[in-house]
Amino acid sequence: MVEESQSLGGKVITKPFMVLAALVLVGVILMLYRYLFGLGAVTNLSDGYPWGLWITYDVLVGTALGCGGYAMALLVYIFNRWEYHPLVRSAILTSVFGYTLAGLAIFLDIGRYWNGYNLFLPWHVNFNSVLVEVALCIAAYVAILWIELAPTVLAGHHQNPKAREARESLERWLPVIVALGILLPTMHQSSLGTLMIIAGHKLSPLWQTGLLPLFFLLSAITMGFAVTIFESILSSLAFKRPFETPMIAKVGGVMAWIIGVYLVIRLLDLLVRGQMGLIFQGNLNSFMFILENLCYLVAFILMVQPASRDQLRWLFVASTAMLLAGSLYRFNAFLVGFNPGPGWSYFPALPEIFITLGIIALELMGYLYFVKRYPVLPKIEHA
Amino acid sequence: MEINRRDFLKVSAGGGLMLASTLSPIPALAREPKVRLPEAVGILYDATVCVGCKACMAACKEYNHLPPEYSTPGSVWDNPLDLSAKTYNIVKLYKNGAGEVKDREINGYSYIRRFCMHCVDPACTSACPVSALTKDPKTGAVKYNKDVCIGCRYCQVACPYNIPKFQWDQAFPQIQKCELCYHRMAQGSYPACCEFCPNGGSIFGDVQHLLEEAKRRLALEPGKMAAYPLHRVDSREMRHRIVTPYQKHLFGEKDGGGSQVLILAGVPCDKLGLPILPDESTAATSETIMHSLYKGMIAPYVVLGALFYIVYKNTTKQDLP
Repeated sequence: MVEESQSLGGKVITKPFMVLAALVLVGVILMLYRYLFGLGAVTNLSDGYPWGLWITYDVLVGTALGCGGYAMALLVYIFNRWEYHPLVRSAILTSVFGYTLAGLAIFLDIGRYWNGYNLFLPWHVNFNSVLVEVALCIAAYVAILWIELAPTVLAGHHQNPKAREARESLERWLPVIVALGILLPTMHQSSLGTLMIIAGHKLSPLWQTGLLPLFFLLSAITMGFAVTIFESILSSLAFKRPFETPMIAKVGGVMAWIIGVYLVIRLLDLLVRGQMGLIFQGNLNSFMFILENLCYLVAFILMVQPASRDQLRWLFVASTAMLLAGSLYRFNAFLVGFNPGPGWSYFPALPEIFITLGIIALELMGYLYFVKRYPVLPKIEHA
Repeated sequence: MEINRRDFLKVSAGGGLMLASTLSPIPALAREPKVRLPEAVGILYDATVCVGCKACMAACKEYNHLPPEYSTPGSVWDNPLDLSAKTYNIVKLYKNGAGEVKDREINGYSYIRRFCMHCVDPACTSACPVSALTKDPKTGAVKYNKDVCIGCRYCQVACPYNIPKFQWDQAFPQIQKCELCYHRMAQGSYPACCEFCPNGGSIFGDVQHLLEEAKRRLALEPGKMAAYPLHRVDSREMRHRIVTPYQKHLFGEKDGGGSQVLILAGVPCDKLGLPILPDESTAATSETIMHSLYKGMIAPYVVLGALFYIVYKNTTKQDLP
């Protein structure tokens, strides 16, 4: 088997690594505080805004940033574009961390975590609940992602004959695992949008629509491509490796068309529902809607023209714009556009923010460790 | 390495299946709105009769063993500002301008009692992932079971009235809400708020009877003397009073798919802080989408099969035998 990836080697414990570790430590201390004194002690959540930063960032944005593995698997295995295969491993690695930590963040957020196992008991589960679909599907996908990552870990121990054997038997199951790895995110990323349907009038009509599942799915796929480009550029810079420009530029081209389709449906939906007027009301909702879709538009314009997307600088700007656009869409649809009625307001508390920072830091530490110890990034000669 | 036409069609078919069901204007498996249970019980609250004495609040606290809430500095008695994990029931005041005349929108005032509406098609029970919130199959009371609740708070997101409350200050928190005093009903009694209401502002009864009573009141001529039952709709104890004009809107008859708590008032309900809701519960909308995509898991299995076929073909470079 020809290896197209390699481990970077080098010291794992560096200065940035220690800074990240300090952030994780702060997060862990605050988490202990949360378990001892309740959610009110560390968050600004309220009966009006029961979901805040943790659900919106850690789960909604976190898993969308973890859609690199999903988006790349679609491209390589379904659309048969094997030229992108070198990017798959690092995409899966980011997905593993994005999703695993989102799963853990849920246990931080739910108030009665010791009852969490009830989600897996069929006689308690309410199959009408959108949240059931989301929870079971994310749990299953976390397992699939670790199985998808396993060949990378096993390849890191290639001198061990048992590891090689395990890897070969895993590869026989590849089609099933990959098929599940595409189906599950399709299901739960769309369901994350469906979650808000039941909130009805509490969500502004700028975001409340029957097409929420479609918009969440399409934005998850585009964010998946964007995060793959973003991560490729950053790791090339950080580890002083050659840029993967022609390949990631082509990914950008694919992404542009999905953004285009998304934007057309998004505006048509507002038009059909007669809610275009809400864009121009000059309030926070209008502003955030415009900002969100401007980011989409910037990403679209930069990615759709070969002239700009072939330049690394613009490719980077475009992928950042797309990540911002998708994140803003999620924040808007769950927090900014959510209005439970007069008297309620929400902005995350400092400890709440620091816990999220701790989770992000843990993700980055895991990424750094893995790319240095295991063959994740594309081999330089091939890049 | 190119995408050939056949593959593209297959992919489109698979993805299209999922998208089509989301996009189609009349979903294949629409979840019918739920109808009223034949033996459902509820409460009729008439703001024009209510005198704002808050006896219902005191009774609710006593019979649900809820602690007092001291909301202002130095307060020595229970004075909640809104519903909370310690307060299932509250009487609020609407006041406009000079606030001279009771039950008048302009320069008037009105009381409004807020508590769980015990919806016909509740969003909270549809949202709850572990069936911790359920609708009693007989009485229709929306009840809470802390032993299965995972504390996800999706019920709070879903409820159009923001009724379920969470114990934010507890390490082992629970959801708290009015359960229509089902513990009292189990002993042959009825909700404490209605038993202790001195004026007939809140009455308990079969929802069918409450609907009839509410419509009777809406048909009364303002300024004339009329009889209003006390405590229960089937009570023989009556209070006679002069009818004050009603808004011709029986809140809860259809709002949000209907509720077992019904509200009559002299001031428009949205001025009293009640939301303006369509006639269909958001639970029906949400479940329609979910059932269209996932009923019997047929669509996911079909898509999985298609995905497997394509991946198998693309990885092994051969067609299935």
